[in-house]
Amino acid sequence: MKKIGIAGYGSTKFSKNEIPIEELLLESTKQVFDSTDNLSQDLIDGVIVSTNDNSKYLSAILSELSGIKPKISHTVEHLCSSGSNAVISAFSYIASGLADVVLVAGGDTIGNPGQVLEWDKTRGEFNHPIYWGSLFTKHHKRKFNTTEEELAIVSAKNHKHAIDNPNSYSHNAYTISQIMNSKPITDDLRILDCSFPCSGSSSLLLASEDTIKKFTDTPIWISGIGQKTDSASFAKNNLSELSTTVMASNDAYSMANTNPNEIDVAEIHDAFSVCELMAVESLGLSKKTESAQFIRNLFNTENRKINPRGGLIGAGHPLGATGISQIIEITQQLQNNAKKRQVSNAKKGLIHNMSAAATSSSVIILES
Amino acid sequence: MNKFETELLNGNFVISNCINCNQVVWPPSNYCNICHNETKWCDSKQIGKIIEFSKKNNQYFCLIEIEQNLRVLGEVLGETTPKINQKVQLKKCSYNKTPQFMFELLPN
Repeated sequence: MKKIGIAGYGSTKFSKNEIPIEELLLESTKQVFDSTDNLSQDLIDGVIVSTNDNSKYLSAILSELSGIKPKISHTVEHLCSSGSNAVISAFSYIASGLADVVLVAGGDTIGNPGQVLEWDKTRGEFNHPIYWGSLFTKHHKRKFNTTEEELAIVSAKNHKHAIDNPNSYSHNAYTISQIMNSKPITDDLRILDCSFPCSGSSSLLLASEDTIKKFTDTPIWISGIGQKTDSASFAKNNLSELSTTVMASNDAYSMANTNPNEIDVAEIHDAFSVCELMAVESLGLSKKTESAQFIRNLFNTENRKINPRGGLIGAGHPLGATGISQIIEITQQLQNNAKKRQVSNAKKGLIHNMSAAATSSSVIILES
Repeated sequence: MNKFETELLNGNFVISNCINCNQVVWPPSNYCNICHNETKWCDSKQIGKIIEFSKKNNQYFCLIEIEQNLRVLGEVLGETTPKINQKVQLKKCSYNKTPQFMFELLPN
């Protein structure tokens, strides 16, 4: 298979402002053009937009606004993991030879409709994500004796990391005590354990090995991809692990001929604090019973290996942009260009993006 | 509204069963997701067990397993703290933009 890499990227600031989706997508796309050497509109074969927004024909609109006349253009919607799935589509177009250079632009507005899956009748009246977040949390507490403090450490760590991310919506540091005493949403979830929807856009330029040298001297290669969908309905879920994450990561590790021990840095889908603990277990980055201790050690030693950009909890969660923003962070880490967030000597990184209580998961592995 | 929703409005929890392999197809669908044969409407069983629960304000919300392929999120009525694997009985169901399932605890 052709080697395919990341040739350029751009991102808006994530905010709680109401901004039209077209404006957001154009802003991050303009940054790709501004920051990528030798890039011109005629070199782009494909434009893929990832979003949960109800607006129509967004890839054609973005193409027109940015002066691109692509051979391939369409939208990808897959709830919270729309961004990583759009990148997987772009990768596939290039791998197949249908395209050589593809722009992926992801974005959502703060009021986007992707937060509730109305189709899922199994959730009854409890269809907001806080309910599955609470049940995952309660189950983790019951099964692994996870404490409120251990959950709060996830949020404290990620809010702290987000301070050094200029695009994050939150730049507030919170103590463990402040998080543990923040407003209760349910008996098992506090407000500072939650990620929040916001407005934002992130864009990536993908190119084949033959072409990428034109755009960058430091390409980052996509070496592994795994995607697994078990269902759309929450109630069918196994609460003990993120089973789709286990399967997606096994496929990604296998494709990249690597294993969890070789991952230097990872962006993890921390929709709620408990998700980070479950994800590091399911990705094999920690042992099953040791995820809380693993995260505590990172926090105590100021090690930014997990969620250096602040994760969803610290950076914000504009659904269609999230997976792309995660990939940009790992790209910057592997290019040794993450400034204050830099994890030393990072050579191999992982992105974990999931949807609807991990009824589906995507895992992407990048290498320098 | 479809039959599932109108039946819920009438207080009946109906599910779909495959006419060929007799599997419960949940959420309801016109076709079986195993053999792709047509389904028929059947009354759901009324007894389930609690898989997990939490609480918002004074309302217990629970993941309840009625049978192997049939789980729902519903409210467990009352102030008694539920227990994992405790049996529950469907007390009431309805529909108001979303399905609503209300259960009561049964002594184990």
